[in-house]
Amino acid sequence: MNYKGTAHTVGDHIDTDAIIPARYLVTTDEKILGVKCMSGLAPDWVKRVRKGDILVGGRNFGCGSSREHAPIAILGAGMPVVIAHSFARIFYRNAFNMGLLLMEAGDEANKIQEGDELEIIPEEGRVRDITRGLEIVCPPLPASMSGILAAGGLVGYVKERLQKS
Amino acid sequence: MPKTLTQKILQKHSNDIVERDGQIVQCRVSLVLANDITAPLAIKSFHGMNAKRVFDKDKIALIMDHFTPQKDIDSANQVKTARAFAKEQNITHYYEGGACGVEHTFLPEQGLVGPGDLVVGADSHTCTYGALGAFATGMGSTDIAAAMALGETWFKVPPAIRVDYTGTMPRWLRSKDLILMLISAVGVDGALYKALEFGGPVIDRLPVEGRLTMANMAIEAGGKAGLFPVDELTRAYCAEHGRSGIDVSLTADKNAPYDQVVAIDVTGREPVVACPHLPSNVKPVSEVKNTHIQQVIIGSCTNGRISDMRDAAELLRGRKVDKNVRCIVLPSTPTVWKQCLREGLIEIFMDAGCIVGPCTCGPCLGGHMGILGDNERAVSTTNRNFKGRMGSLSSEVYLAGPVVAAASAVAGCVAGPEQIGA
Repeated sequence: MNYKGTAHTVGDHIDTDAIIPARYLVTTDEKILGVKCMSGLAPDWVKRVRKGDILVGGRNFGCGSSREHAPIAILGAGMPVVIAHSFARIFYRNAFNMGLLLMEAGDEANKIQEGDELEIIPEEGRVRDITRGLEIVCPPLPASMSGILAAGGLVGYVKERLQKS
Repeated sequence: MPKTLTQKILQKHSNDIVERDGQIVQCRVSLVLANDITAPLAIKSFHGMNAKRVFDKDKIALIMDHFTPQKDIDSANQVKTARAFAKEQNITHYYEGGACGVEHTFLPEQGLVGPGDLVVGADSHTCTYGALGAFATGMGSTDIAAAMALGETWFKVPPAIRVDYTGTMPRWLRSKDLILMLISAVGVDGALYKALEFGGPVIDRLPVEGRLTMANMAIEAGGKAGLFPVDELTRAYCAEHGRSGIDVSLTADKNAPYDQVVAIDVTGREPVVACPHLPSNVKPVSEVKNTHIQQVIIGSCTNGRISDMRDAAELLRGRKVDKNVRCIVLPSTPTVWKQCLREGLIEIFMDAGCIVGPCTCGPCLGGHMGILGDNERAVSTTNRNFKGRMGSLSSEVYLAGPVVAAASAVAGCVAGPEQIGA
């Protein structure tokens, strides 16, 4: 499935406190967390997001806490994909486990600007910036990640494994 | 072929042959950890996986420490969820209330983690146990749920960065300064997707409590783990905390294939602080002195152990906390608390005008018990100073060790020990 949406850029070292501050970690509800997405960056940040929009980070996106509430908040805000220069490793695992697609674009991610119209072709690892006439090719997903995504996330993956055993 | 300590420990827990960095390997886990914030989500995923029983009721630790003593109805209900699960699964290591402390101080203290172990925890500071020569790393709740169900998980073998500390430790320099210096040198993503392996003559003499502080902050450099070799000091610490039969030969091989080597000479260095809003924004304390503050936090999984309490007490003894500052001291486990009481440290803290509180993560994550208001500044012995971490988005956190934190509480501004005449 391809994705099309407007880019929202947030810069380098966006930490999990920025994505979802600790005071909201008293729930695991996607809708409630989604309303507070990025409120650690700016309280009303999420109001500019429409369903299907695409989050664009810089270096080390998702650094900090292991809170899975972070990818849940991004999904809850209606954003199915994050493109960034690089991702913090716990966030990387969490995102795939939750079914949030990550595209690691290196320096190319910096070329995308706020408001650009993007198209994502996950199977080919390609990001098209329609506004800028730009095409970014990301490294292929490790096989282990594809396996988890194919099962609809880690919950589905383990469910299948437990059924077999 | 020579191996890093990282590769050796992963191999110990895997049937796959660990041959090269970047390889994906399946490993059995020694212990799976979650807390009151991350356990409820892990339990939800566990049920979603149709898992019926945990793989081993003795190898799961559920520690209620973040929003406890329960700060509101929702956090009380989160603890209820974890408590019910622990009861249903007959989990041996479930802790809350007065029997419980801050997880990463508590588990080593109870002898629940040790050399050569492979520990996964739904908390990013799980890397703390690397101080004991364990491969320990943070994951999210769903990964933890899978590990609770299967007793194993996958790892990408991380390349290792070797960090050597050399020279002579000055009077007031502590392990917190050592790790902040490293984060400053490599940056907050300098060890991204990698493991840090510490060594050198300074580390050979560094007590295990100091090593726990350093391994704790490996994640602040983006590291997957922060490992120390197992030596006589490790063996003695483990023996004191109920773990025997420690193999002191668990170290990296000579000529291990390191990705990078970083050397830090500590001779003549002064204590440092990490200025807002990144742990890598490190400056010598003298460069930031006289920055006014409203709060000091001494505690957390980074610096809430007895050696930290002794450092703070040494500077607070016979002195007063500045009247414009609230200084909050949170010994991180009941054992540390009682030891403080025995040594008269609680009285020193209270005579100085500190607030002495319960064993909780509380203010470290902006949870409760010391939240910053608009434009307020704090010096804190915790591990993160991200924007808004401890409260208002306009507040600021300066990270430091207990020496600088206590001196700053007395001075009313960021200060080193000599500024208060110590």
